[in-house]
Amino acid sequence: MNEDKVLMEIERKIMGGDFQSAGDVSSELKKVLQQVGFPPSFNRRVVIAAYEAEMNVVIHAYRGVFTTKIYEDRVHIEVNDQGPGIPDLELAFQEGYSTAPPHIREMGFGAGYGLSNMRRCSDKLEIDTRVGEGTKVIMDFFLNSDK
Amino acid sequence: MIEKEIFHSVRLDEEKCKGCTHCIRRCPTEAIRVKKGKARIDEKRCVDCGECIRICPNHAKYAQADSLEAIKKFPYAIALPAPAFYAQFKVDISLGKILQGLLHLGFREVFEVARGAEILAEEINHYLEKREIATPVISSACPAVVRLIEVRFPSLIENLLPLDSPLGVVAKLARMQAMEKGYRPEEIGVFFITPCPAKVTESKQSKNGLGRIDGAISIANVYSQLINIVGELEEPPSLPLASFRGIGWARSGGEQESLEEGEYMAVDGIHQVISVLEKIEMGELKNVIYCEAQACVGGCIGGVLAVQNPFIAKVNINHLLKKYAEFRPIKEEEIKKWREKGIFKREEIYRAKEVLKLDKDFKRALEKYQMIEKLLEKLPGLDCGACGSPTCRALAEDIVRGKAEEIDCPFMLRDRLLNLSKEINALASKVPQTMAKRTRRSEKF
Repeated sequence: MNEDKVLMEIERKIMGGDFQSAGDVSSELKKVLQQVGFPPSFNRRVVIAAYEAEMNVVIHAYRGVFTTKIYEDRVHIEVNDQGPGIPDLELAFQEGYSTAPPHIREMGFGAGYGLSNMRRCSDKLEIDTRVGEGTKVIMDFFLNSDK
Repeated sequence: MIEKEIFHSVRLDEEKCKGCTHCIRRCPTEAIRVKKGKARIDEKRCVDCGECIRICPNHAKYAQADSLEAIKKFPYAIALPAPAFYAQFKVDISLGKILQGLLHLGFREVFEVARGAEILAEEINHYLEKREIATPVISSACPAVVRLIEVRFPSLIENLLPLDSPLGVVAKLARMQAMEKGYRPEEIGVFFITPCPAKVTESKQSKNGLGRIDGAISIANVYSQLINIVGELEEPPSLPLASFRGIGWARSGGEQESLEEGEYMAVDGIHQVISVLEKIEMGELKNVIYCEAQACVGGCIGGVLAVQNPFIAKVNINHLLKKYAEFRPIKEEEIKKWREKGIFKREEIYRAKEVLKLDKDFKRALEKYQMIEKLLEKLPGLDCGACGSPTCRALAEDIVRGKAEEIDCPFMLRDRLLNLSKEINALASKVPQTMAKRTRRSEKF
């Protein structure tokens, strides 16, 4: 009955270009999931997808807000950024396609697997993007899925 | 059996412990608390990395290892010297003399762990070719790293190399050889010369059977017995078997050098290991095939039971690598035979230790998490350690777990006292009704 009640909500800000703190939000999220007691395999795919989403903001956008909602049977993540948006979403989903500038790729980031990784790890993925304004990534992870 | 499971080599000398907070801040799994003026180690969380031994200014932390006396119980005691053992001696003392020294101390035979590492490296190559496991494959050689993964990174258990450590492999080979020579299992004593407490724990937890390790003696102990006599010993004709490939395992990077070409990496020092494991968990480093990870800075030469400074030890090792540049190949049919006999098989299956969970019940755990967040708003956030917990967050966790209380924090205690004194003040200025009447009247008139 109460299945769709948000049990916990965490909201964190991400700054574009801040590579020193990059990964902190996902790292904190991992600790929450671990302490709350979700199974390791579930946590792993949430964290991989969360990290990709977080890094996308750091690499491409100016700033973003990362919101996690924990339900009894799922984890819901929304990442809302102010940034350049994605002009060709289909192309962005292609593995290895990246618009990250060379100096960022040299650091080992922006290899072009972000979106496809998010799709692979999540159970539901929605992307709402407006060129010149920003991107919103919505992901759901169900505890009882077979992934 | 149960006793073996919770055995830890890292111990506390209560008399020496002053209850300072160095160790609690340093521990990578937040396993230590100061209670009633003494450090307490949570056995479930401790990974035996030895960081607390290293940092303790009062030398109150120590590693429980066996004495040399222990080998006397066995008619046929075999020494398994860690490659890091070689690095303790100056370069003018030959490897042959060092190994001869072990026989001099009463061991009947020496089986070099470095040779075992060479043998294991062949099997790791064979295993990596099959590519049946999540990458990067994480080395299982350092028991502190293995335990760290079980405690803090359970989702990476699937990345751990499912093969035994060089020590485990060598213990089995040494016992097997001795049995082939005609010794009965109860006559054979297998002893590891160890650079670290984590390997003492690994030895103590070994199961009965071919892989049993009967004891672990610290490098420092054996070194002190040998250093004054080793120079005078005679050079044995052909004792050392291992070459640069296995000896290199004494320091960080040695593992990957002994493997075939590939995308490998090596990380050392437990705090750096943690940061790399976090990256692996987040899906980075997928192009890396093999990750060598060692808890001590510099690798095994940095172990707390070694005597030599790890950077000097590295110089000694580098000399040996040049000197023993000829690798004695291992026949493929031998590897195959050993594989069939289970020499490479990991005795203990990796298991997630769910010590971080706040509660068995999911909803209750969530509530507790939120209580932690609320508590953190009240706590000063200085992470001073005066409460006995390593950080304010750790104290908040301890409070919701029922292991500590708010007033363990000196600032919270001060606030409570302040409020209490305000209340006392307020009460003291109040006057009982009967008396108040009189006062009022006297004031009026």
